[in-house]
Amino acid sequence: MARRTDEPLVLGIETSCDETGVGIVRGHTLLADAVASSVDEHARFGGVVPEVASRAHLEAMVPTIQRALKDAGVSAKDLDGIAVTAGPGLAGALLVGVSAAKAYAYALGKPLYGVNHLASHICVDQLEHGALPEPTMALLVSGGHSSLLLAPDITADVRPLGSTIDDAAGEAFDKIARVLNLGFPGGPVIDRYAREGDPDAIRFPRGLTGPRDPIYDFSFSGLKTAVARWIEAKRAAGENVPVADVAASFQEAVVDVLTRKAVRACKDHGVDHLMIGGGVAANTRLRAMAERRCEDAGITLRVPRPKLCTDNGAMVAALGAEMVARGRASSSWDLSADSSLPVTESHVPGHGDGHGHGHGHGHGHDHDHFHELSKDNLYS
Amino acid sequence: MLLLALDTATPAVTVALHDGDSVVAESSQVDARRHGELLLPAVDRVLAEAGRKLDAVTGIVVGVGPGPYTGLRVGIVTAATFAAVLDVPVHSLCTLDGIAYAAGLAGLEGEFVVATDARRKEVYWARYADARTRVTEPAVDRPAELAERVAGLTAVGAGAVLYPDAFTDVRADLPQHQSAGALAALAAEKLRTGGEFLPGQPLYLRRPDAQVPANYKVVTPQ
Ligand SMILES: [Zn+2]
Repeated sequence: MARRTDEPLVLGIETSCDETGVGIVRGHTLLADAVASSVDEHARFGGVVPEVASRAHLEAMVPTIQRALKDAGVSAKDLDGIAVTAGPGLAGALLVGVSAAKAYAYALGKPLYGVNHLASHICVDQLEHGALPEPTMALLVSGGHSSLLLAPDITADVRPLGSTIDDAAGEAFDKIARVLNLGFPGGPVIDRYAREGDPDAIRFPRGLTGPRDPIYDFSFSGLKTAVARWIEAKRAAGENVPVADVAASFQEAVVDVLTRKAVRACKDHGVDHLMIGGGVAANTRLRAMAERRCEDAGITLRVPRPKLCTDNGAMVAALGAEMVARGRASSSWDLSADSSLPVTESHVPGHGDGHGHGHGHGHGHDHDHFHELSKDNLYS
Repeated sequence: MLLLALDTATPAVTVALHDGDSVVAESSQVDARRHGELLLPAVDRVLAEAGRKLDAVTGIVVGVGPGPYTGLRVGIVTAATFAAVLDVPVHSLCTLDGIAYAAGLAGLEGEFVVATDARRKEVYWARYADARTRVTEPAVDRPAELAERVAGLTAVGAGAVLYPDAFTDVRADLPQHQSAGALAALAAEKLRTGGEFLPGQPLYLRRPDAQVPANYKVVTPQ
């Protein structure tokens, strides 16, 4: 295939959680996806420790940028822009990526695009299946998020339809894995055990599926408690816990609710495509059930390959490239890491002339993110 | 020689350009919560004021702490990224050394201690034989616990000003905050005289706050 040099060449940096990701794309084409993960350092804590993640990002940042450039075989001078996750995420972790991206863009004389992590999870599918349909219906499920989003324009108009009111789906996997003593992270190991088990062995509750419940919101806290209680009862009775059946039945409950609500959202909004992203999208049962239910409903399912579903720099680059292609305003040099960046803000445009460079004053948003930053300013 | 110096290890966000002889331009703002936002605009401002472009810089000087703030990493990752793009070296210095050097430039002689605010009711501190000579490793302690060790010693820095019960001879008239200009001047002197720099790692001096979650909590009512 001829190299399409008319498409924007963008480098993206992602540090919102425990993966230091640097990706490079040209338009919808993935050129490099370098990731350094600190997940092993968190495993013994049973969850991501913010300060451990931030320290690891600092060490991995420059080497990961250089690895991505080498993998892509491009020169930094040819980049059309630098994109970075501005939020949401862990404040201290985001700050490392945002600071590096600003320094990188400034030193190269390239425009900077602070973009939304959730919108990036959706936009990454352009690298797998080409241009996103408009609107796109997206189900994002990971250790940090569980959201149903309707995106008429991924660069400017993303609407939250529903999200979890307690735990994220991935968190529920982690917690149940801990109860079953299966280690961290829980997603892959539960998926593996579930393949040997019977999903109908135990009927666990489906959260927020009653007639009066919010249609598109999720809740996994009650399910988590029900599963833990069931396991404890077995243990208390001196019986063996059927790990595979518990894993399969728990997973079935999560996946049933996720796919049911996602398909319902597509039907209600007349959308004939469903995109699933986030780390939990790698779950084999979620993929299988989504495929069947989408097919039954006449909906085309789009799920990127697992490596693009988990946090990575390519997804940030993909959204950055779309920002460049659509002529969206770049960010200012005073771009801040915003741990609670609303999903409705696909990017953080600069103020003033719309290019932002050299404007070191004022503030982009009106919600209070200083509070968020200062809360754990000491070590995160 | 054209050095770009930056330090975000303390509440100060400070940037300076130094040509080997003197400070060409400097910017210092004290705002412990906005290191990430303030640093790049400050670099841009300092370069503009000096009428220079970033690619004229021959080395990056950075204070690597000790520092308690999330902001500590802002300066270090910015320095590392600039250096990678420009293909110039990073000269890393202890942040306390910059404050000590500034005290010397302001006329302080003899022995003294430098202390900065480590938050959590602690200070980062080190002892100096003179403005160029640190005689202890940087440490983090509760002021009351080091009162005996610093009793009667001249003390400089915002950490000393904060705890006058421990630091009895505080020179509040001397610069309390880090100045990238002083840090750059110290680096320029070291580069001339073959002095040593630190490795680029941040001086956290504390282990990450991280607890292994307590044993799984039983949710079944007893
Ligand atoms: Zn994510």
